[in-house]
Amino acid sequence: MIVLGIESSCDETGLAVYDTERGLLADVLHSQVALHGEYGGVVPELASRDHVRYLLPLTEQVLTKAGITKSELDGVAYTAGPGLMGALMVGACTGRAMAMALGIPAVAVHHMEGHLLAPMLEEAVPEFPFVALLVSGGHTLLAEVKGIGQYELLGESLDDAAGEAFDKTAKMLGLGYPGGPILARLAEQGEAGAYRFPRPMCDRPGLDFSFSGLKTFSLNTWQKETEQGNKNEQTQANICRAFEDAVVDTLVIKSRRAIQQVGAKTLVIAGGVGANLSLRKSLNTMMQKEGGQLFYPRIEFCTDNGAMIAYAGALRLLGGETEPLAINVRARWPMSELDAVVN
Amino acid sequence: MKILAIDTATEACSAALYIDGVITEQYQLAPREHTKLILKMIEALLDQSDIELLALDALAFGCGPGSFTGVRIATGVIQGLAFASDLPVLPVSTLAAIAQQAYDDHQHQYVLSAIDARMEEMYWACYHLGDNGLMKLAGEEKVSSAQKVKLAVDLSTSWSGAGSAWESYSEQLNAVLGIQVKAIYPDYLPHASSIVKLAVDDFQQGKAVEASQALPIYLRNDVAKKKASQ
Repeated sequence: MIVLGIESSCDETGLAVYDTERGLLADVLHSQVALHGEYGGVVPELASRDHVRYLLPLTEQVLTKAGITKSELDGVAYTAGPGLMGALMVGACTGRAMAMALGIPAVAVHHMEGHLLAPMLEEAVPEFPFVALLVSGGHTLLAEVKGIGQYELLGESLDDAAGEAFDKTAKMLGLGYPGGPILARLAEQGEAGAYRFPRPMCDRPGLDFSFSGLKTFSLNTWQKETEQGNKNEQTQANICRAFEDAVVDTLVIKSRRAIQQVGAKTLVIAGGVGANLSLRKSLNTMMQKEGGQLFYPRIEFCTDNGAMIAYAGALRLLGGETEPLAINVRARWPMSELDAVVN
Repeated sequence: MKILAIDTATEACSAALYIDGVITEQYQLAPREHTKLILKMIEALLDQSDIELLALDALAFGCGPGSFTGVRIATGVIQGLAFASDLPVLPVSTLAAIAQQAYDDHQHQYVLSAIDARMEEMYWACYHLGDNGLMKLAGEEKVSSAQKVKLAVDLSTSWSGAGSAWESYSEQLNAVLGIQVKAIYPDYLPHASSIVKLAVDDFQQGKAVEASQALPIYLRNDVAKKKASQ
């Protein structure tokens, strides 16, 4: 079964072709980072407008790259949520109508399920059951994954997502947009232990997160240093380091708790923050100590992409799931509402 | 000739099929229900006429102005259909569709077509009767406050008004135009039947584009402030 995957839930237009026999055939991506950079953050209306311009040219491109024609497609999968309503609508309208005209089934894919299954696109795939840590600009959660569509939420962020905290902290330190990766790079030059930032919500049981306090802590530290005449790049780097260490530590502590709680030996990390090397390294060390294994997707499949949507869609189509003749998108869509896929 | 048209730019949702001079239409006033309805409307029209999408000559859609999301629903659907079936596309103005309806229903030859654009503004344009009983644009389509609306006075002194802005801003419009408007149809919304009619002519004039070039006309483009100007 050859499936076209369409991702347009936020600021990346991603297209991919996945073949259940041969694996991933091609994937292409158009990032809107430069567009939104001028505004200091994602402007939803501009994101939607950009998706409309790029979706078909990218579709042509990905089919050519995959070496197939559109008539060879067996299904169309598109992100139907959660995400920006207007942005989701572009991929869903185009994808659903395309499937209708091609006379093939369409399937609505949950964006986070896409992220969660992204490690399956690699050679070594994790086996069920496992614990997944999903960390991106929009989400931070821990879930127990017993099978496709069988997700039990173990904990989530009560305020900012981890990626959001990275971006907001970077913005407050004047690091530009998108700040997360810039902050992480600067943190590499920071001195470990220059500051001790709190590890939010680690002093009590439970698997929920809270990152908004860390951003305020960073700002206060920066202002205090500025007042004392220490406004320089090393101070900035030290704060970045302390911030990143606090976030990474917190994610590691909660992930360890989660795998111990459910008795899992496998941890999967996915989502944009999963590209953070310091996080990968620390989680790897932790899992080795626990006698388990860490899995993650290649860097480009940590952030939004069409490949994960094509893959998750293919699994759901194989499981017999199809969309009715309507376009359904949901800005909010709890993962617990997904049906299990029984192949 | 066979053309399918859709429109989802306003509270109205419609699809129309033109087959060799005969137009059939599905139309529903359905705020926020467009995504649930539009594909079923298309399917019903094709089924009724027992025709396949691939047997059509072209597709058409209301390309705006209108609600941003609404315009993008029609654009996305048409892009998807056109790409999959290799059909050319005719983007048709929603303001033109409203003006066309005013002529078809009441034979008004000079129509100020205007859609409420919120934020104290409207999308508007002057249309007048051209060849073949089809309405033609005079000047440009614009987005502005009612105070900045100007009639194409060299055409006529006898104008009619149609579209939702005539509901929201009728007082301001009457004050600024300085003439007695002949008739007003504030409840007129774009219909796919008007769009398909205009599309037939556009198709004959070679105005069709390929799927990826079937893009919305928003008119309002200053939707966000850049950092420097914040």
